Amino acid sequence: MLRINNRATLLSFIAASLFLFSCKKDDDMSDSFDTSGTYTQKDQMARPAINTVFVGTAKKDQFNMTIPSQMSAAFKTDFLAKLAGFGYTQNALGQNADQFASLLATDVLNVKMSGTTTFFDGTNVLTGRALADDVIDTELLLIFGGPTGTSNPGLTKDNVNANDKAFSSTFPYLATPW
Amino acid sequence: MKRKILLGSVLCVAVAGGILFAADHIDAPAVTGANSASLGSDITDVYAFQSPSDNSKMVFVMNVQGLMSPAASATATFPSNTLYEINIDNTGDNVEDLVIQAIVQNGKIRTYGPVAPAATGISSTVVTTGPVAEAGVTGYASSAAPVVGTNTQGIKVFAGPRDDPFFFDLTRFKEIIGGTQTSFRNPGVDTFAGTNVMSIVVEVPKSLLGTAGTINVWGETKTK
Repeated sequence: MLRINNRATLLSFIAASLFLFSCKKDDDMSDSFDTSGTYTQKDQMARPAINTVFVGTAKKDQFNMTIPSQMSAAFKTDFLAKLAGFGYTQNALGQNADQFASLLATDVLNVKMSGTTTFFDGTNVLTGRALADDVIDTELLLIFGGPTGTSNPGLTKDNVNANDKAFSSTFPYLATPW
Repeated sequence: MKRKILLGSVLCVAVAGGILFAADHIDAPAVTGANSASLGSDITDVYAFQSPSDNSKMVFVMNVQGLMSPAASATATFPSNTLYEINIDNTGDNVEDLVIQAIVQNGKIRTYGPVAPAATGISSTVVTTGPVAEAGVTGYASSAAPVVGTNTQGIKVFAGPRDDPFFFDLTRFKEIIGGTQTSFRNPGVDTFAGTNVMSIVVEVPKSLLGTAGTINVWGETKTK
């Protein structure tokens, strides 16, 4: 009886060892990835099309290398000039050119930690960016739509209102590739 | 007359600003040249939204290498010298307080964080002391069954080719900018239909992101 117990104990120990060993093999995340070295910035973005629309070719790389807390100081003047070029006076959020340029020139996504997260859904504004958000229409409307959103109606929406594939309700949410 | 002036202005801006592309596709001239050693670094879009399947979690998406055909997607990879970094400011000063750092090596993606960065700004080292999650990179041929890694804290990670979720009648927009059209068409035509990106998706419990009511988020690619 004792012998069997010992044997059982030994087997348990061996089994446990193997289990622990295999656990370690799976969970030890320190040995197989090289995490050394210093990485240097190449590209940066948050809100869609900001660099595209508001930053000239000569400064695109500079914009990508400027940290967000310094963007406004470095680029707000350029953004104001672009808005002036677009004939901008005020948008549907009630922002004058200075206020709108300040918002845009600091290129971060503002994300609410509770509730709806969307670029714009008709009610919530700049509380995140979801996959299905029609961000281009939102930006066109804010840039060209004037104080009431009704100016330049031919320029405030592109009439592409959804993605070409349906999104998934489960992680990772994006559609399979073509 | 007003429209004419406006379009003239748009044209001026367009010429001054060079060719307009998309969300951020091909907007990093330093990394998108034909012979660039940093091709995997060109960010197309960044998304941040509450998880559709669990409202206690936040999802971050960083897409790179835009406008890929299916053929190009089949051979696309995440370069091993590239760090994909989600930056999170939870104190309202637009300086990152937390980062989620992703690297891809030997067919696997691993994410580190959310964790305080070693230093803020344009140079990064990988901080390995925070949460870690890992998954195999999903291959193009098996993309219908995405590989999802989940760690003990409930962080999920995915990396692989996906349909580009961005949509825009860019062709028409260019025509408007070029002065050959005066307005968008209806219906519009999605220039990004049928194209893919390389996508990194990370879902994390909101409890790992601090207690702020609003966070500020941006994506960065860095190389060594």
